[in-house]
Amino acid sequence: MNWETVIGLEVHAELSTSSKIFCGCSTAFGGEPNTRVCPVCAGFPGTLPKLNRAVVEYAVLVGLALNCEITRQCKFDRKNYFYPDLPKAYQVSQLYAPICRNGRLDVRADGEEKSIGIREIHMEEDAGKLIHDARSGKTFMDFNRCGVPLIEIVTHPDLRTAAQVIAYLEKLRETLLYLGVCDCKMQEGSLRADVNLSVRQAGSPPGTRTEMKNLNSFRAIARAIDYETKRQTEILREGGSVLQETRRWDDEKGFSYGMRSKENAPDYRYFPEPDLLPVEIDDAWLNALEKRLPELAHQKRERYVKDCGVSEKEAVIITAHKNVSDLFETLSELSGSPVESAHLVTGEIMRLLNQNNILPEELSPDARGLAFLVRLVSEGKINRNAYKETVEAVFVRGADPEKYIAENNLMMLADDEEAAVAVAAAVAAVLAENPGAKADYRAGKEKAFGFLMGQVMKKLGGSGNPDTARKSLKAALGE
Amino acid sequence: MIIDGKLLEYLENLSCLTLSDGEKERLSADLGEILSFMERLGELDAAGVPERSHPFDDVNAFREDEAGGSFDRSLILRNAPEKNGEAFIAPKTVE
Ligand SMILES: [Zn+2]
Repeated sequence: MNWETVIGLEVHAELSTSSKIFCGCSTAFGGEPNTRVCPVCAGFPGTLPKLNRAVVEYAVLVGLALNCEITRQCKFDRKNYFYPDLPKAYQVSQLYAPICRNGRLDVRADGEEKSIGIREIHMEEDAGKLIHDARSGKTFMDFNRCGVPLIEIVTHPDLRTAAQVIAYLEKLRETLLYLGVCDCKMQEGSLRADVNLSVRQAGSPPGTRTEMKNLNSFRAIARAIDYETKRQTEILREGGSVLQETRRWDDEKGFSYGMRSKENAPDYRYFPEPDLLPVEIDDAWLNALEKRLPELAHQKRERYVKDCGVSEKEAVIITAHKNVSDLFETLSELSGSPVESAHLVTGEIMRLLNQNNILPEELSPDARGLAFLVRLVSEGKINRNAYKETVEAVFVRGADPEKYIAENNLMMLADDEEAAVAVAAAVAAVLAENPGAKADYRAGKEKAFGFLMGQVMKKLGGSGNPDTARKSLKAALGE
Repeated sequence: MIIDGKLLEYLENLSCLTLSDGEKERLSADLGEILSFMERLGELDAAGVPERSHPFDDVNAFREDEAGGSFDRSLILRNAPEKNGEAFIAPKTVE
């Protein structure tokens, strides 16, 4: 029997506005408990919310990037539930007229292109944080996160495999980062995904689905999908039926468990939010926002290959993170050499990021210094070894490149008479010191040449011009 | 509309209240009366009145995205029935 997994995703993204959705409190992550709180976000009676214009604009930008229809007349609704993370006892959200609908995001997974339908994007407020203290049996409430703006991006059940889910999430994250509307730090909860999953026999109507929560990394999501697919298939294969429920994933133990049934039958008693006026997005506003849409990663990839002569492989690495593509663009502009800049970013910079455990989002090198080096190496003024060494000094230790090159004598000797004499002297000395290698080469062992070349460059220090040295060595050996 | 025992129990759960038998009896009658009163709205001829979600005609009341205005923590916590120096405290909730 052929089983098919059907998956839909609900992604919550915290918007990186400076202030909350309905009050002026700061949205910055962290902070002492209850220090970013006012009577509005703490739900004091008698207060009224006022909508942050930037939240509407960010939501529209995401909608445009995901090919959605923008709801010109949208409004908020009240979702009622009792839980202490929500001091008002309701969450302001959108049910009846979400701001964006009917979009799609094209992804590539398992070797094929797939278009994932976006059912809707709606705006809502985040809830606070609870700390349960087992010893005292009490719950401590921190309302700093209450009222931080969220958008929820809901797909149609178009996904079939964990690989497709990850590809979708990666592209969505990339898009949000390029739009600059969300910092997408899963470990801080600014990007969160809930997975709706059911299993059916190929061609049959959809089975009963479960919803999985508490997925804090792409890896956890992939594992949870595999686990849930196996669990449901097993049940159905034995003739049982899947219970519709919310399940919580425990990443440490590698399994999920059903949450209490009382929470599984919510009655949110939605009704139109009376404290907020409807939002009307007219043509002028929409056009202005369309103009604000930045170039997205896939558009950049195309341009780098077509206009800058960068290889496709390098373009993919560069655009995987906005900070990296920003660095590449700055380097290209300052150095005038996009191809050399691409080599640097995808080679040395990536190696140094890995080696020093730096995340791409923390990347903030001295771009001016690096661009200076790119220019030197493309003009043949320093050799590759000196270049790598100086890049590392600039990137890791914040060295001044000009000073570093001067102090370590790394500038390539100019092709003048003085340099020719120095090279000739080094070649003569190396050949005198290594008669064995010289004989080997003359006996036809090509490898010996590389060894001798290395010795000559070593003698010249970092400043040797490899071309001149090679010619000089060849000439000397040919005698 | 009749508020029967089953519905009342459901509402009790939703609102996290525990009612005594006397209160249940009184509330059933009370809620029934409130709902009957509201049902009178159905008698109004609303044909030709456009559907709307808000009593006002205005749209787009925005504030600009500027941070500021958080209260001092001691002030925010002042009315809390239970608190420590930094947080509101509630009885244990289910996970
Ligand atoms: Zn506030």
